[in-house]
Amino acid sequence: MQNAKTKADGSFLILHDLLTAIERLSASPLIVKSVYSVALGFFLLIVIAPAIVGILAQLLLLPSLTLSAAVVARMRSAVVWSFVIGLTVSSLDVLAGIPLAWLIVRRRRHWTTILDSLADIPFIIPTVALGFSVLEFWSTPSGIGAILGANKALSQGMLLIILLHFAFSFPVIVRVMVGEFLNYRETFEVAARTLGASAFTAVRTVTLPILRPGLLAAFLLALARSLSETGATIVVAGAFENGTVFIKNARDAGLASAVVISSVLLIACSLLVFAFIKIVTPRIRTAPLRVWPNFERKLSSRSTVRARDAVSLLVFFVFVLLPCLFIAFPAIEAVANGTIKEAVADVGPWHVFWSSMLLSYIVALLATGVNVVLGLPVAVLIARNRIGQHATKIVDALVDVPIIVPSLALGVSLKFFWSNMGALPEFWVLVLAHTTITYSYFVRAMAASVQGIAPELEEAARTLGAHPFRVFRKITLPLTKYSLLSGAILVFTRSVDETGATSAVSATLKTAPVLLVDWIRGSVAVTSSELALGIGFLAATSFLALVVLRSITLRQPKRK
Amino acid sequence: MPSVDFVNVTKRFDGVLAVDRATFDVESGEYVCVLGPTGSGKTTLLRLIAGLLKPDDGIILFDGRPVNAVEAHNRNAVYVPQQYALFPHLTVLQNVAFGPLARGKSEDEALEIARQTLEMVRLSGRAQALPSELSGGMQQRVALARGLASGSSLLLLDEPLGALDARLRLELRHRLRELVKQSGITAIHVTHDRDEAMSVADRIMVLRDGRILDYNQPIRVYTRPTGIFVANLIGGASFLEGIVEKVAPDSIVVRIRGGLLIKAPAEPLAIDERVILGIRKERVQISPSKLQAENVLEGQVRESRFLGSTREYVIRLTNGDTILSRRFLESENPAFAPQQRISVSFEQSDVMIFTYPPHGLRNELAMI
Repeated sequence: MQNAKTKADGSFLILHDLLTAIERLSASPLIVKSVYSVALGFFLLIVIAPAIVGILAQLLLLPSLTLSAAVVARMRSAVVWSFVIGLTVSSLDVLAGIPLAWLIVRRRRHWTTILDSLADIPFIIPTVALGFSVLEFWSTPSGIGAILGANKALSQGMLLIILLHFAFSFPVIVRVMVGEFLNYRETFEVAARTLGASAFTAVRTVTLPILRPGLLAAFLLALARSLSETGATIVVAGAFENGTVFIKNARDAGLASAVVISSVLLIACSLLVFAFIKIVTPRIRTAPLRVWPNFERKLSSRSTVRARDAVSLLVFFVFVLLPCLFIAFPAIEAVANGTIKEAVADVGPWHVFWSSMLLSYIVALLATGVNVVLGLPVAVLIARNRIGQHATKIVDALVDVPIIVPSLALGVSLKFFWSNMGALPEFWVLVLAHTTITYSYFVRAMAASVQGIAPELEEAARTLGAHPFRVFRKITLPLTKYSLLSGAILVFTRSVDETGATSAVSATLKTAPVLLVDWIRGSVAVTSSELALGIGFLAATSFLALVVLRSITLRQPKRK
Repeated sequence: MPSVDFVNVTKRFDGVLAVDRATFDVESGEYVCVLGPTGSGKTTLLRLIAGLLKPDDGIILFDGRPVNAVEAHNRNAVYVPQQYALFPHLTVLQNVAFGPLARGKSEDEALEIARQTLEMVRLSGRAQALPSELSGGMQQRVALARGLASGSSLLLLDEPLGALDARLRLELRHRLRELVKQSGITAIHVTHDRDEAMSVADRIMVLRDGRILDYNQPIRVYTRPTGIFVANLIGGASFLEGIVEKVAPDSIVVRIRGGLLIKAPAEPLAIDERVILGIRKERVQISPSKLQAENVLEGQVRESRFLGSTREYVIRLTNGDTILSRRFLESENPAFAPQQRISVSFEQSDVMIFTYPPHGLRNELAMI
């Protein structure tokens, strides 16, 4: 016992000495500059360059840029549909996500904490599995057909894509808005209430306009997610083509030029739309202040609020949670029919499954670690305008690139780049690919959060004698811990469930979602309960990890 | 204009009493200042009136009608928080028009009211500015205008001048009272600045640990405080420990340390009872020669403090107790030098007498 205590004390001393040494080092402007340079260099050379250079190199290497008129027409319509679907879904996400985020933050009950964790479920289900799950739920007799009648089931196509995209982009809005509402100063709302504004009026005219930057960031993330998703969309699209489905179909048909040109077109359009929304929205002056006191008072009444909460929960359960988990329901049978015993005994297909699970988590942990360590300085650079206004704007815009680029196109681009960069082991290509794919999620969340901290706090700490690293560790970090955690959660879960780009970059290594795709497609013969159990294991372990992580890190004081 | 009544109102946070069985009334059109140290429950009291907190016990009445169940937006009581909470995305005019709009006025009417109120606070020229473009003093006036324009008849001001510099605070506090009185509304103003409270309030309420210790006109609270804490908070005084030596119909005599005797006004006290005597600094006369007064003591100047228009002397009495004397500035040089032996005097009517506090004098003088 004594020994263990001495050992623990020794470890703390080493940690303390290490932190003190880093703090001392951080006093040197040269060291600080070096840290920022390494982080920025990593971002530009390892994260962004492979994503952009890979696709551009392929474009330059194309023998011909001409496409047949029919292909051009298909491509144009597909790209337009991508944006129509993306903008529709993101708007629906905002409409439905804000009330749910509000419910989670303001109700503060045990069940809302669980709800908060449940909102992450779509993140942790592999996207392809998600596609199959949504398809099974909405278009088969065993899904919604069992309740509403087989003729009410939806067929593959645009509506199903909207439902699918809503299911996986909805949590993005909820996650970001929960963070925004937690950081929001309620005094504004209180002032509005005592000036006679009903709760609804106060939120509509005061809270939401103040939170506009966060809301915009959430909207853009959801839009990016919708524009770039490939694996699951293919599953539910049927004959319908949006941008990413077109790329996939063109690839399958051997139309190499169409693949590259449509990828570049989609990326360019996305960048333009993003730039437009980002530049124009903040400049829109607030609309004239209008209030409809009687109507809005009715909307704020207890019964209406209850109804709104009920509708939010219903939307979440019916359109997000149930469709996402539908494919995992047969896992219940797996307990009864003994499949779970086989799984635990590591026999049959389970041996490969557990190795791929381990690989998934190792890759996700490494990608999260790299992003947290090397993404943080870049987030600070952006938030604090450290490299001048113009350079900051460029870096800020580039951060969005990995989430805008369709994942399949990104995978193709990364594979092309890294395979031409020499003999990098496949495992590390996988880690780097996942780092690129998930980079934006962390940096976006942290940059927004650091921006929300008054620089005076950091300045005060500096004048009290704290070295830059200490200021960061003791002031900035504790104040941004929710965003840090949600950023890390987004990175981790996105990495664990990533399928499209992963299958493109790795030929031999199979992460769990890629293996599950093989199971779904029948290239490995498994039963439906084995498949459900596999998805269930992947989702459950991630979910548990999230719940534990959240309960340890986020012990929020109770509201009075 | 509403009157406000508290009947046995209690509020706890995690078991800790923030407001303890508060019972008081605020008359219609009255300007009340709530004074107390940090953590005494001032803001909680204000938030209870605003409807932002619900009492655990007791009843709050507006014009005799219970309002415990009435939501904040229906109370017609405007809360102006310490940092003003001006909506950063709205212009000054929109901020001020917010209340009338929220209460159902048409846009034109609301803007007209806002313009008139901005005129009142002399900020018409900045109507189109954003709050971030205004100085602290201007922001304070916009917050006040926003409250006045809302049509509410009860204004709840939480440290309204706390964020301003001293000179501006002095200037604005009279303007604040003037505007409130002009509008004929009831105001409850929370502050920890006793000068501010004394100069603007019709009545001052002193709070400590959630309990109301005193509630009276400023002059009464100053001259006849209900306890040592109140006497010390309002104006400061020198406190001397003693024992009642003699009780007469018109006076009592108290023996302090070293056997010195002090005559104090008559109080229902018994002989040998432990008491504390309080003497306001400005009521203590000092002179190089022996003075003629009801209470005369001997002492030595220990320190002289320059305070602008006045000078304060710290005097060590022959019994070892310390007493303070404040005089208007007579000249650049102090009239009394340190170590100088002097005579100290004060009238019997200037002595405040308190029973000895159960937790000791030091505890009563602690401000936090």
